[in-house]
Amino acid sequence: MAAITEAHASQHAHHHAKESFVSKYVFSQDHKMISKQFLITAIVMAIIAMMLSVFFRLQLGWPGESFEILNFFLGDKWAPDGVLDKNMYLSLVTIHGTIMVFFVLTGGLSGTFSNLLIPLQIGARDMASGFLNMLSYWFFFISSIIMVASLFVESGAASGGWTVYPPLSALPQAMPGSGLGMSLWLISITIFIASSLLGSLNYIVTILNLRTKGMKMTRLPLTIWAFFITAILGVLSFPVLFAAALLLVMDRTLGTSFYLSDIYIGGEALDPVGGSPILYEHLFWFLGHPEVYIVILPALGIASEVLSTNSRKPIFGYRAMIGSLLAIGFLSFIVWAHHMFISGMNPFLGSVFVFTTLLIAIPSAVKAFNYITTLWKGNIIFTPAMLFSIALVSTFVTGGLTGIILADATLDIQVHDTYFVVAHFHVVMGLSAIFGMFSGVYHWFPKMYGRMMNSKLGYAHFWLTVIGGYGVFFPMHFVGVAGAPRRYYQYTDFPMFDGIQDLNVIISLFAIMAAFAQGIFLFNFFYSIYRGQKAIQNPWKSNTLEWTTPVEHIHGNWPGALPVVYRWPYDYSKPGKELDYVPQTVPLSPDEEEH
Amino acid sequence: MEKLLLVLVIILAVIGVAQIAKVYQLSMGIGNKREEEISPAANKMNGALLLIFCLVLFAFFIWELISHQDILLPVAASAHGQEVDTLMNFNWIIIFTVFFIVNFLLFFFSYKYAYDPKRKAYYLAHNNKLELIWTVIPSIVLAVIIIYGLRTWNQITNFEGGEDALNVELYGRQFDWTVRYPGDDAVLGDFNFTMITGPNPMGVISNENLPGRIKELQDEIQKSEDDLVNNILPHSQAMEIEEKIGMRRRQLAKVIAYEQSGRDFSASDDDIIVKGEFHIPVNREVRFNIRSSDVIHSAYFPHFRAQMNAVPGMTTYFKFTPTITTDSMRTIVKDPDFNFILLCNKVCGSAHYNMQMDIIVDTEEDYEKWLLDQKTFAATMVSQIEKKPETGKLEEKRIIAEK
Repeated sequence: MAAITEAHASQHAHHHAKESFVSKYVFSQDHKMISKQFLITAIVMAIIAMMLSVFFRLQLGWPGESFEILNFFLGDKWAPDGVLDKNMYLSLVTIHGTIMVFFVLTGGLSGTFSNLLIPLQIGARDMASGFLNMLSYWFFFISSIIMVASLFVESGAASGGWTVYPPLSALPQAMPGSGLGMSLWLISITIFIASSLLGSLNYIVTILNLRTKGMKMTRLPLTIWAFFITAILGVLSFPVLFAAALLLVMDRTLGTSFYLSDIYIGGEALDPVGGSPILYEHLFWFLGHPEVYIVILPALGIASEVLSTNSRKPIFGYRAMIGSLLAIGFLSFIVWAHHMFISGMNPFLGSVFVFTTLLIAIPSAVKAFNYITTLWKGNIIFTPAMLFSIALVSTFVTGGLTGIILADATLDIQVHDTYFVVAHFHVVMGLSAIFGMFSGVYHWFPKMYGRMMNSKLGYAHFWLTVIGGYGVFFPMHFVGVAGAPRRYYQYTDFPMFDGIQDLNVIISLFAIMAAFAQGIFLFNFFYSIYRGQKAIQNPWKSNTLEWTTPVEHIHGNWPGALPVVYRWPYDYSKPGKELDYVPQTVPLSPDEEEH
Repeated sequence: MEKLLLVLVIILAVIGVAQIAKVYQLSMGIGNKREEEISPAANKMNGALLLIFCLVLFAFFIWELISHQDILLPVAASAHGQEVDTLMNFNWIIIFTVFFIVNFLLFFFSYKYAYDPKRKAYYLAHNNKLELIWTVIPSIVLAVIIIYGLRTWNQITNFEGGEDALNVELYGRQFDWTVRYPGDDAVLGDFNFTMITGPNPMGVISNENLPGRIKELQDEIQKSEDDLVNNILPHSQAMEIEEKIGMRRRQLAKVIAYEQSGRDFSASDDDIIVKGEFHIPVNREVRFNIRSSDVIHSAYFPHFRAQMNAVPGMTTYFKFTPTITTDSMRTIVKDPDFNFILLCNKVCGSAHYNMQMDIIVDTEEDYEKWLLDQKTFAATMVSQIEKKPETGKLEEKRIIAEK
């Protein structure tokens, strides 16, 4: 068997030599290249989504003011005299949300790190199917293009919020964005779902089947566990969104009435009767809630690895961490209707979902406490990656706590769909996941590009980002508790919201600062790809398998035989060992206990 | 010209940054420092900064809490709202406590255990006792939160109104709210979306307006058919008109079915429909029957701690008992212009941000007095027809006049 694998590897190496530009950089089937493709695409998408957010923050901070920059980017139609149009405002909010949730934090985060780390950390030559993996990226790429293109449509991009509830999204006469823009949104998301499913199936199969000798499930790094559960969540929940989108397409084009009933709009009483928008809400959130965990679990996996490595200390409660991942994954499927407490569904159903939702706090609390105990009595090295992981734990805790309010149906009545919700999910899944992503990029940059990122620029980036992040979303909780609804173009029509104006200015200023701070990251990232210091094989003195591969990328990852694993990945500072780390490939000494 | 200058500035900035980077890179080469080797100084500094950040975050939080107290919602103006606030405060106490403790520990440990080459980290893989503690404690706290929360939720969401509850219909459409009172008979008349016309925005059915609506639809169909016959139209336009005729026919069938059902629709005659602002009596339960004409809206009453979506095709309910009149609230918040407000809180289109309605909470007498001043549905229909006899509703006028 080993011989066959070796022959396979040498074939790969041979093949490597005569690869053309197209097969190496464009239609690559190598997981490392695909991972880089995902990352770069996600970075571009993140820049676009961030710019959109700055545009609407300008309007919210200084309502009705003229900004030359808005006119420059959006043109005379959407920002006449530099004042943001109110339909465009809704488009910006919608596309910002869609891109961030799906393209950056689902496709970008999972796509990048699952692809990079799964084969490298389990000791596999590549993904189970390189071809499906390539398809997964290109579907992702096409759907990204379509989503961005929808911003340039005459009638404007989709603008019913990223949840695109019908009938608003189903009826072109309800708002301009529900025309062609909405069609493109649906097409893009459908392709995205295909991409996500191809990727997820591949991850699951690879993790189950291609682990190297000795790599038991209980010796997997927590990153892999997180990617594994994320992929399972994706496979089980995305098809439901697919169904929801398909029914919406039918309502829009074929005259069906799954979601529509008794509608009088624009001077017309429409035909459809018998449908219910609540059906869409159920289908959407059946994906939508697991989606939140699809976003956050990979980030938590990355944090587990980075915190342990840089604390020079094993992750505390490895089995409890796996258990809590499984518990969160399972519970995430039975909590969706907590987004719908006041949708008009039966209130008794609401009480069931209050119960299941608050249960999720228990495994989440276990994770947070375990992270903190991992730091306790550690010997912490503050790499930029480490700083981002620590900040992740902080935002995960802070944002998770406000979730307790929202999970309580009684309290949700008051804060539902206000800025409190916006603040909550941006802290707990926006900031946490993006911090996890940054952490991963800083930590595995040497593995991806064979060079180091500059740590000083990394520090500057970290501090400005974390200050900006908390600066934006912390005051937002107050705006929400004051009763300010989300997705409002301006608040000047209500005397009761006069008081939030100065907070809105503060939020916008922090948002602009945080946006500029990302320039430091971009510079550092692209500069380091070409000019960064050459990396050594194991710069962070880490135990996991990816650091046993050569710095230069080769097909098949390991030049010789596949590594054999003898221990778990967290033997840092083990008593009786000379070095403060023991790679997974080092056999146990005769008198040594595993852990 | 300005754009050209902007582009020039950007190019210059990029060149500038590149030059700085070059200098930086050269100077790095001299020291021959490896990026992955974080110096003890950098470690110390970042550790200390984390602790400072934590304290600044706490200070920022407390500053906001104090300086922005006045933007928070005033005391709840409904009976259940006070319970919601008590529950909310109970939750805040737990959340604030955990927020301060956990964040402090996180940042403090980061600061305290910054790298020291003389020390070795403490190898601690797991500790079942500790893990049991922080599984059980959150479980207990959450059990309390769940039980307390659900008790309140079950009280609030018993949407059956009491004996003397005031039934009110709340109707959302792009982009305003309409309210309908049941009138003296305390019964809201029937409605159907095919009955909606300019003067009858909620599609209320009465014995009087059914024949008029039938005539109106028949006229429209006739007119469209004439259009098709008399004009030579492009195919697409003809299709459109044909489609419209089909829709009208189906609506007509529905309206005729109402007429032929032999049901009595007189319950709507004394209904009262208001826009702009509406009044409710203090200390009496108000049960809202919430409907939507077009897309999902959400009826949000922040001062009463009440909210429920308005969903096209179905009626949703929410009930609350206002406990503070508008006048008393003005005294409480020391603002003579204060008004309770109903907002839309589910994105519903371009003017979503300004879909509002004032709510006036009156004493029972003031409320009755205000109600007497309002026109009944039957009266509105008559006056609308008188105002616009040219809209082809002479038939309807005749029927009403006969009555």
